[in-house]
Amino acid sequence: MKFTINWLKEHLDTKLDDQKIIDKLTSIGLEVESFESQSSELDKFIVAKILKAEKHPNADRLKLCDVDIGQKEKVKVVCGAPNAKNDLLTVYAPPGATIPKSQTKLSVSKIRGVTSYGMLCSESELKLSNESEGIITLSPTKYSKQVGKKYFVNKNQKVVDLSITPNRADCLGVRGIARDLAAAGAGKLKNKNKSKINFSGLNKIKVKITNDKNQGCTKFGSLLIKGIKNTESPKWLKEKILSLGQKPISAVVDVTNYVMMDLNRPLHAYDADKIDKGIIVRNSKKGESFEALDNKKYLLGDNMCVISDASGVLGLGGIIGGVRSGTELNTKNILLESAYFKPKSIRSTSKILNLDTDAKYRFERGIDPNSIEDGLIKAAELIQNICGGTISKINITKKEKSNHKAIKFPIDLFNNTTGFKVEVRGMTKILSDLGFLVKKNKKDLNLKVPSWRPDILQPIDIVEEIVRIKGYDRIKTELPEKTRNKQTLNARQKLFHFLQRSVASKGYYETVTWSFTDSKINELFKEEKHEVKIVNPISSDLNVLRSSIFSNLIFYLKKNLDRDVKDISLFEIGPIFSGKKPGQQQIVIAGIKSGMISRLNWIEKERKVDVFDAKRDVMQTLIETGLDDKKFHINSNAPNYYHPGKSGAIYQDSKSNYPIAFFGEIHPNINQKLQIKTEALILFEIFLDKIELHKNKLKDQKNKYEYSDFQKSERDFAFIIDKNLNVQELVKIIYEIDNNLIKNVKVFDLYEGENIPSDKKSIALNVTIQSLKKSLNDKDLEKINNLIISTVESKTGAKIRS
Amino acid sequence: MSDIIKIKDEYLLKLKDDLDLNNINQIKSELFGKTGKISNEFKKMGSMSPDIRKKFASDLNAIKDELQKTIEKKIKDIEIKEIIQKLQNEKVDVTLPERSFKRGKIHPVSQVIDEISSIFSEIGFSVAEGPDVENEYNNFTALNTPDNHPARDMHDTFYLDDNKEYLLRTHTSPVQVRTMLGGKPPFKVIAPGRTYRSDSDQTHAPMFHQVEGLHIDKNINMGHLKGCLNYFIKEFFEIDKIKMRFRPSHFPFTEPSAEVDIGYRLKDGKIIIGEGDKWLEILGCGMVHPNVLKNVKVDPQKYQGYAFGMGIDRLAMLKYGINDLRAFFETDYRWLNHFGFDPLDVPSNYRGLSR
Repeated sequence: MKFTINWLKEHLDTKLDDQKIIDKLTSIGLEVESFESQSSELDKFIVAKILKAEKHPNADRLKLCDVDIGQKEKVKVVCGAPNAKNDLLTVYAPPGATIPKSQTKLSVSKIRGVTSYGMLCSESELKLSNESEGIITLSPTKYSKQVGKKYFVNKNQKVVDLSITPNRADCLGVRGIARDLAAAGAGKLKNKNKSKINFSGLNKIKVKITNDKNQGCTKFGSLLIKGIKNTESPKWLKEKILSLGQKPISAVVDVTNYVMMDLNRPLHAYDADKIDKGIIVRNSKKGESFEALDNKKYLLGDNMCVISDASGVLGLGGIIGGVRSGTELNTKNILLESAYFKPKSIRSTSKILNLDTDAKYRFERGIDPNSIEDGLIKAAELIQNICGGTISKINITKKEKSNHKAIKFPIDLFNNTTGFKVEVRGMTKILSDLGFLVKKNKKDLNLKVPSWRPDILQPIDIVEEIVRIKGYDRIKTELPEKTRNKQTLNARQKLFHFLQRSVASKGYYETVTWSFTDSKINELFKEEKHEVKIVNPISSDLNVLRSSIFSNLIFYLKKNLDRDVKDISLFEIGPIFSGKKPGQQQIVIAGIKSGMISRLNWIEKERKVDVFDAKRDVMQTLIETGLDDKKFHINSNAPNYYHPGKSGAIYQDSKSNYPIAFFGEIHPNINQKLQIKTEALILFEIFLDKIELHKNKLKDQKNKYEYSDFQKSERDFAFIIDKNLNVQELVKIIYEIDNNLIKNVKVFDLYEGENIPSDKKSIALNVTIQSLKKSLNDKDLEKINNLIISTVESKTGAKIRS
Repeated sequence: MSDIIKIKDEYLLKLKDDLDLNNINQIKSELFGKTGKISNEFKKMGSMSPDIRKKFASDLNAIKDELQKTIEKKIKDIEIKEIIQKLQNEKVDVTLPERSFKRGKIHPVSQVIDEISSIFSEIGFSVAEGPDVENEYNNFTALNTPDNHPARDMHDTFYLDDNKEYLLRTHTSPVQVRTMLGGKPPFKVIAPGRTYRSDSDQTHAPMFHQVEGLHIDKNINMGHLKGCLNYFIKEFFEIDKIKMRFRPSHFPFTEPSAEVDIGYRLKDGKIIIGEGDKWLEILGCGMVHPNVLKNVKVDPQKYQGYAFGMGIDRLAMLKYGINDLRAFFETDYRWLNHFGFDPLDVPSNYRGLSR
């Protein structure tokens, strides 16, 4: 909503200066977005300084100048002026500026083979004088500190631009704003001018509102002005229209626009001679069409509120008029419409047709149904003043009566809500100034809501009215209480934060990517999950919710590789989606690592990242969160985007139905498909929601602290086992032989090849044996040794390697 | 007698030379070997008269001791020299690079969420969550934003079905609805999370982060709201003085509603929070609308309270001098390294939120 302070003062008697008014507006909830002059074409002309003027390489009479225009970069300008010289202060016009004298718009151009960015101006080019001999010479004393600033002072009136919240329909007109300011003590709302109109004759154009279901129009006021001479608007009106950044059209159109801005009362003017018989306000039928004033043809659906005549649709009520009945400069007789359209109807029609107009904007927020006559009178009077003509009596057709809403406001509610007190007298004054009818009744105020406030529906809305006019600075600052009744984070939230930092501590950079992704990449990581499409994606390559975090991680990994970053470790913790309903999502932490370990290292041997790097990071992370890795069960059932031979799934224990994590190298097909240029790529993912949390805190999960000071023995074994037998199995068998004695089993070698059958492998293990009760003697050790060998051999078919 | 003194002098002189262990062993055997010079002298004693022998033995033993001591010292010297030599040879250039170690980084959004949680934890808020995919009711209708309400235009919503039943939440406010429907008052929660609007340009991203706050109890008024936010802003920006302005605004789900601005000034293109005469809008808030309370089965006659919502990304930008919102989500490794936080840097009250 835009207006000038002078315009405001037509409605508000105030002694406040501009800045005070601006501050007041913001403090009562009418946020000032800006308060500045409407930009002018002349704003582009800038004070500049020639740093260096050299001869043009290809032309004797031209100069090539380096010009300081107050920005970092200097610009090169070709100039023909004899007085262009080093250190001269002058006026610069950038590309895009229009030269006042010639009215030509500058563009970047080549002059004799050298590119010139804009030009340096003479007084005559700027229409300051007839001096055209050279460029303007500005006095250094006055202008040396002005380089880069505007040369011309903008004399346009300053325009206030308010951001009006959707509830404040009444402030989409200057008078409404003045009323709010007056209530807040910024001045006095002026009385409406008494009309001096001589109504003569009847409005012979009949108006009918049909009884259609959901009729969007409830009240239609109109009058006829006959024998006008439509013309250009007078200066004062043009200036008002221009100050809002709009284009003046004709007196009739400008007046209707002016009244809309002034009183928040949209009007429409028809060329009365183009109306076929009478006006019928009705619902449209599917397939009807009309050409609107924006010169577009609209095809209508069913049940849109249209203004029509005997020949068809004239316009969309409250949204836009039609070309067929539009006013022109030669229009003689006009019908002026001032009606009430229901917000809901306006909104649904404009949404379907994707139409946005000033009138629509106002009607959908709610127009004062009782302003119909005021609007007609003000507009008719202005038109008559400018264009002459005779004004008919006002004709009003009604479908519904508009009653004032009544609210019973409990006085205590104010104090209870805001925490401070206002005397009843103060409340009454504010509400009356805002247009309420107020009657005190014991502990309540009985209120009648003004017709221009569709947003006021219940007592709490009254609290807001009083507190915003009183000022939010009146609200006290209550110090917050530092008591906590509930833990800040629940166990799963703690897990989230722990995992996040745990993975980051292993060299991974955390990133945050969109929850949506490109279906083509998502496809590669989706497995059998349902694809969740976005109906209105921001772009076609962000068209589905992600089924996995990897699609985005891979995408950005590639981008970084393309920037020549070589070894990259990224992770993200966030949701993945399996359906379009709330809750069909889970939290995943996914990591990705590419390239080499110890690349170009003088001391360490460089090598590619591999599946066991992924396994280390994921295992270590899980262990750090407090899970017992001794209970983990690992198999090779990872999803199909992992390398089928170099990937695994981790289960919290051997009875778990679902894995809590996957790790491995990426499937080479994906690498190839996405053209990812790196030596190796590993992935892991941990499914937070699948981790079963222990009921107890970690401290309560721990066993009693027991240790043994008796002799510890270590024995090495090498077993030749089936290639298909998991080492996990082998180790488990050994532990289970005697959990009390076997403290640790460490795999220290894997051998395949010479001397070992091709379907076998040799595994070397180091077993630590220690008793809590006594020192083991040779016999005891021998016994356990033999037990290990015999058990492993019998359970797995392994052979001890001698 | 003179013989043994000669031997002594001769060998003491020899031992002054620059010798290695072999030379010493050679000397040792020349003196004390089976036919060594000193050994031979001892053999001579048998043929000596007792009175001479006693003196000779004593002299010879003294010479033997002296020579042996000298030899031992010489050996020790050589050993020390050799160790020094060895250590000399083992010397490395310690200015060579160390073995590699890589620690990752925490994204600024995550860090700021932790900071926010830490601050609100102090004043008794707990953290609530809700799904990213919401239904139309929780995101709009329950929040007093019925269909055909112009306020819906302010939210460019991503929909997941043609009936507009399911959508990506446009704000964290539906967590209010879920929290209140799922429990009994009082409520005191914050809800940080991802939010989505189909809007994308230099200052808007289609996904961003908000934190919602909700405090419902008996007798909670706007003074508590002001106090809570005042506390938060001061703690978050870690400055003692903050210029803060509440001004009336409108949200369908709060009444009265307010927007909060903080004062700032520009210094060398950087925003300095807390001073200056410019205002920056940072959050929206208000008293929860009675219609919302009714929708979530809380009796507005008994309970009332406030809610607020603010942009986490924006708070992060302001606090850590990040200019470009889009960069948060572009995963530029260099950016993550520059603006990311060490994972050990966990925001806490006693150590201060940030280093």
